Amino acid sequence: MTTASFVMEARGLIKRYGHVTAMDGVDFELLPAEILAVIGDNGAGKSTLIKALSGAIVPDEGQLFLDGKPVKFRNPVDARRQGIETVYQDLAVAPAMTIAENLFLGRETRRPGILGSLLQLLDKKKMQADAVAHMQDLRIGIRSMKQAVETLSGGQRQGVAVARSAAFARHVVIMDEPTAALGVKESNMVLDLIRRVRERGLPVILISHNMPHVFEVADRIHIQRLGKRAALVKTSEIKMPDAVAIMTGAMTV
Amino acid sequence: MSAPATTPAHTGLRSIFDNLPPVTTYGPLLALIAACVFFASQTDRFLTGQNFSLILQQVMVVGVMAIGQTLVILTAGIDLSCGMVMALGSIVMTKFAVDLGINPYLAILCGFLACIAFGLLNGALITYIKLPPFIVTLGTLNIAFALTQIYSKSQTVTGLPDAMLVFGNTFRIGETAVTYGTVLMLGMYLLAWFLLRETAPGRHVYALGNNPEAARLMGIPAKRLLVLVYTIAALIYGIAALLSVARTGVGDPQAGQTDNLDSITAVVLGGTSLFGGRGVILGTLIGAMIVGVFRNGLTLMGVQSVYQILITGILVILAVTTDQMSRRRM
Repeated sequence: MTTASFVMEARGLIKRYGHVTAMDGVDFELLPAEILAVIGDNGAGKSTLIKALSGAIVPDEGQLFLDGKPVKFRNPVDARRQGIETVYQDLAVAPAMTIAENLFLGRETRRPGILGSLLQLLDKKKMQADAVAHMQDLRIGIRSMKQAVETLSGGQRQGVAVARSAAFARHVVIMDEPTAALGVKESNMVLDLIRRVRERGLPVILISHNMPHVFEVADRIHIQRLGKRAALVKTSEIKMPDAVAIMTGAMTV
Repeated sequence: MSAPATTPAHTGLRSIFDNLPPVTTYGPLLALIAACVFFASQTDRFLTGQNFSLILQQVMVVGVMAIGQTLVILTAGIDLSCGMVMALGSIVMTKFAVDLGINPYLAILCGFLACIAFGLLNGALITYIKLPPFIVTLGTLNIAFALTQIYSKSQTVTGLPDAMLVFGNTFRIGETAVTYGTVLMLGMYLLAWFLLRETAPGRHVYALGNNPEAARLMGIPAKRLLVLVYTIAALIYGIAALLSVARTGVGDPQAGQTDNLDSITAVVLGGTSLFGGRGVILGTLIGAMIVGVFRNGLTLMGVQSVYQILITGILVILAVTTDQMSRRRM
């Protein structure tokens, strides 16, 4: 039933909230090193699906596979341990703390030996150096890692959140509306960033309302409608109006 | 876009200002120095080693309590119960030693445990029942006060064993007598500063005050940490209780009644934000010193104590205004 070539796979996910069935047997497939966009109208079950994939909710029924192996996430920390990183819409950063501190928030590098294990002393130099390396890797131009995140522009903050996910993800990076709050120039910067994450071999699940952005970066599109997957199409094989038509139910495949 | 309009000279000046620490970091130190210069110019008796030793002794108890208060405020909380918890701790340790006649060190430990129990209660109610810190600690303030009065029958405890008074003893640096208690206070500040800066849990306290949701999502054990902060703060009030006992030589059930506001004053004057997540703990020491210097200096100048309270009140409002303004800029 499952194919090991999928990085992530879901079969028959169901989630009910009282009388409302938010997900009604959703299938989901993610290939290695692809950018997969998830689109859908409000109430199509798009965010429920993403929450299930990132561990924020537990589906009532259905199975989830990572590299062909069945997995269960009880919470986001569970999913993170399995190498699935999420860039949250509100970025989940600590504004008054530095870029380096935010990159390593909750998983700081400790000093070697008893200083790190017992006293939990931080290896600030190493984190500083690693922060510079991660940011250069994604070509995010920020002068100092010792700047507070609140001094950065919206696009740069997004860059910090993406770099954090890319640095720790072993399997998947999930991005929830990463360009929603940004201007044209900054959006393009973030779209470039998403491509660079893919170049590093990490698949990206991109949730977006912005059709031009989806068509600019995505390899494939998962179209969600009425709690089910209405279509899974290659971006090169579909036109934008048709994708929107499937999404709204004006067209079926 | 207004950015291209700025001249290179302007941006040069700008970048110098950007690289300076924010006003809340060096402001308190400048205020302390300015106050010292002012009082030194007004009275000859101010700028002496003996007088500074006296100021340190006067701020010692509130200064130590303010360390705990800073930890709590960094998490965007507040602890109104600190002074009453301290008083309860001092009554427990002195009565256990005098009335029950148990080993003074064990009695001190019991005093600490009484404080810790209140810290756990504060932390659990705030974290797990999600009650506002202001209300919870207002409640425990009254509970601790009542328990103190009931247990002590509002009587001062006297005849304490010497072991409890060690931190009131002095040693000499040149001509100046310094109490061990002030050395303990300074040591505690340095330790707290180091732990908050250099350890993972220390940084997590800041993250918790900055963005609790982000802290949770990034896998920081936010709930456990918050309970721990209130508990450690309460242990610090217990240490303050020991210093209060050593300084006065008695167990005083009326102690600590204004210490909650005094400690919050020290924290705010020291540049720590009441909104949480920002501040340096050494600033709190400077904040406590500012209050101490003002009280001492005005007393030496013969100003009545009501005016000292008036000036402290104005200072607090100035400090909170600076905090609020510097946030609005962002």
